[in-house]
Amino acid sequence: MIAAWPLELRLSLLALYDDYGAAIDDDLERWPDFFTPNAVYRVVARENFERGRLWPTMWCEGRGMMADRVTAIRRTSVYVPRQMRHFFSCIRITGETSEGWNVQAHFLVGESTPDGESRVFAMGRSIDVVVRDGDGPHGLRFAEKTCVYDGNLIQSSLIYPL
Amino acid sequence: MQLQEPPITAIPYSLYSDPAIYEREQERIFRGHAWNYVGLEAEIPETGDFKRSWIGDRPIIVVRGKNGEVHVVENLCAHRGAMFCYQEYGNAKTFQCPYHQWSYDLSGKLIGVPFRQGIKGQGGLPPDFDMSEHGLVSLNVARRNGVIYASYDPAMESLEEYFNDHLYYIDRMFPGRELRVLGRWRQKINCNWKLMVENLRDPYHATLLHVFLVAYSLNRADQPSSAKLDRDGKHGAFTSRRGGEIDHEATKEIQAATRGFKLQGPQLIDPKHEFPDPDTLVMQSVWPNLILQQQLNALAVRQIVPRGPGAFELHWTCIGYADDDEAMIRRRMLQANLVGPAGFVSIDDSEVIELIQRGVAAYRESVGVAQMGGSGTESCDYTATEAPLRAFYAYYRKVMGL
Repeated sequence: MIAAWPLELRLSLLALYDDYGAAIDDDLERWPDFFTPNAVYRVVARENFERGRLWPTMWCEGRGMMADRVTAIRRTSVYVPRQMRHFFSCIRITGETSEGWNVQAHFLVGESTPDGESRVFAMGRSIDVVVRDGDGPHGLRFAEKTCVYDGNLIQSSLIYPL
Repeated sequence: MQLQEPPITAIPYSLYSDPAIYEREQERIFRGHAWNYVGLEAEIPETGDFKRSWIGDRPIIVVRGKNGEVHVVENLCAHRGAMFCYQEYGNAKTFQCPYHQWSYDLSGKLIGVPFRQGIKGQGGLPPDFDMSEHGLVSLNVARRNGVIYASYDPAMESLEEYFNDHLYYIDRMFPGRELRVLGRWRQKINCNWKLMVENLRDPYHATLLHVFLVAYSLNRADQPSSAKLDRDGKHGAFTSRRGGEIDHEATKEIQAATRGFKLQGPQLIDPKHEFPDPDTLVMQSVWPNLILQQQLNALAVRQIVPRGPGAFELHWTCIGYADDDEAMIRRRMLQANLVGPAGFVSIDDSEVIELIQRGVAAYRESVGVAQMGGSGTESCDYTATEAPLRAFYAYYRKVMGL
């Protein structure tokens, strides 16, 4: 049976994911703000996930490490600039925790290069825990976010978070 | 195409895009006289466990047979050429091609051909068809301390002889302690595979390109470093030791050293000493397809899989040791942020070598300069040198007959 989650909650979640994608793509400094202070963020290849290994390609434990990732992207990493675009769909609540909800979403991330090509960079699903947080975007924050990318072969490099 | 007599200080750009050179490399280097890295025993512990792997651009399968043996066979049905195994890992009693169901045992021997006698007495294989001549092509295999190597050359020397004076560094990472596979990464980089090897053979770039390393004092130009080579120049190691006060004289040409970066998540870099020597960074390039990485406690085996002259895949197997405690696994996992397809340090390398491909593939008549540190090809205790790169090309030239 599908639980009838309140419409207000579902709308807030939609707004959270939309805003999250827009932040990564156009306003990266805001990215850590989508997480609780001690949130765990990880990007995991499907081949590891399916073998029961949460071995991350990118891993942040807390907002401090997320801020360090932003600093690296902005100031220390050397890379050819690309514009990313995040698309989320199939956002659904899969369970309830003591403080919030288990939420899953599909993601598709496109990239456009300085040469003028646009292509799909990654797709997969994110397996998240979302909690109520008055100061957070739309009154919510991610307490945990695991992005599992389906195509295990990263094209060139993973510069930006998924 | 000819390479200059060693010392090779000028590198022709056509080496990175010429299809004929690429084919020759496949034949002479990867399928020639070399021990190719193909996997770890820890990946296939039980009888029937297999993993897909590659030698050059050819798909192969690494299988745990009976009595603990390891077989390496071509992933190519002996009938019509299907790459019949398309799972990365698995366990099998036999291998079967889906097309006409030819089946093979774990050592690659052909054991079943449907309709061999025909159907209702009609058709079928000729009576003199010899099953023993139609198995999977099986390769020469050698193992040392949990690492599996394979060769198309049946007359390979022992691994000890093959690694010769580089054996210290191989055994440093694989001392016989049981290995634990932590995870895998795969990445496609759009440049010639040799540019990856050259990157490992160029200690000079590390403190210039990698602002992250310099900003957080993981590797600065004033820290003790060395570039070690085996007697043939086919294996190399770049080593460095972290720590100490900044020497402003040695780092004055590197702006980032003085910028005052501070990690907000300092748990990222909380290394623990674990090797007999004090080196905190050891990057090895091992002929022909292997890179071994120690970046603090982040350990990985990187396998090079060429995909035509202009691209290659890097298959990373991140490892620890079976007796690691939870704190060490956590440390390795945190520090893994430094390397891999999203690594604070590795991103710089894969991006820059793609830029090189963009240049050299367009300027095929030009040559690159490799004169840092003069023309020597010997081990040295400094890093402002391209000696390991020249040593690589001296050995490459011999193997390629160019």
